[in-house]
Amino acid sequence: MALNVLIVDDSAAIRKILERVLRHADFPLGDVHEAGDGKEALAKLAQSDVGLVFSDINMPNMDGLEFLAQMKANESWSKLPVIMVTTEGGQEKVMQAIQLGATGYIRKPFTAEQIKEKLAGII
Amino acid sequence: MDDSVLVRLIREATESVFSVMLDLPIEAGPVERVVPTSDGYDGVIALVPLGGTIIGSGRLICGARLACRISSAMLMAEHTAVTEEVLDAVGELGNMIIGNVKTELESTEGPLALGLPTVIFGRNYHARSSAVREWLVVPFQCEEDRLEIHMFLAPAADRQAGKPAHAVVHFD
Repeated sequence: MALNVLIVDDSAAIRKILERVLRHADFPLGDVHEAGDGKEALAKLAQSDVGLVFSDINMPNMDGLEFLAQMKANESWSKLPVIMVTTEGGQEKVMQAIQLGATGYIRKPFTAEQIKEKLAGII
Repeated sequence: MDDSVLVRLIREATESVFSVMLDLPIEAGPVERVVPTSDGYDGVIALVPLGGTIIGSGRLICGARLACRISSAMLMAEHTAVTEEVLDAVGELGNMIIGNVKTELESTEGPLALGLPTVIFGRNYHARSSAVREWLVVPFQCEEDRLEIHMFLAPAADRQAGKPAHAVVHFD
């Protein structure tokens, strides 16, 4: 069954790159939804049937950690896998994301292989 | 902080981002220390503020042609003029380079905050960051194009509570 994906990043370039990697991965990709910050991402989750989320951390309006916390606090989305894709590589941020329920953590710059490995772990 | 450590971190971060995200060749040049002047810049500049136990600012400066090459390589689509997409790609590149330097600095300096990048394209613009007395300039050559990473860091005690330094840009 195809999996719909939500990509959350304030950079349109990163959203495009991630979508391109997903389209070339050996993975049953459905629709790809995009959001430029955490607030927009919560709205997209409410409107769409998403099965996997990729999220940046540093974003305007609502950052990725706040988005993750709010998403995981909602029963409808609490079990959704979330992979953080971010420049933030410090131990403190990684631990925060894992404690909030992130499934995986990828540091920018990333390779297509790193994304595919994380996908394989989830699927 | 020892300049040689910062230079090494900037070079490693820039070379890693160019190799992994762009697959473009890049060669580091000799480092300079530059006092802010009233000389104008032409091209694209991405400004990334830092805050925490140390405050500072990082900036990436390149010409329009290299900005288009960066965007074309990142997005696998040809860009021949500086558009919103090109500015976004250069901003993200600056964010990744300065962000990776910041992550490495955290092992010795403690947690630091990374601000959101601001990207500007223009001719004869002047960029001034508050508190900057001298920029550390790490240049790179990407074939015939030049890219510069500028960094300024100072103890947060120099300013109030580790707020990221802000930048002012004006055009003639």
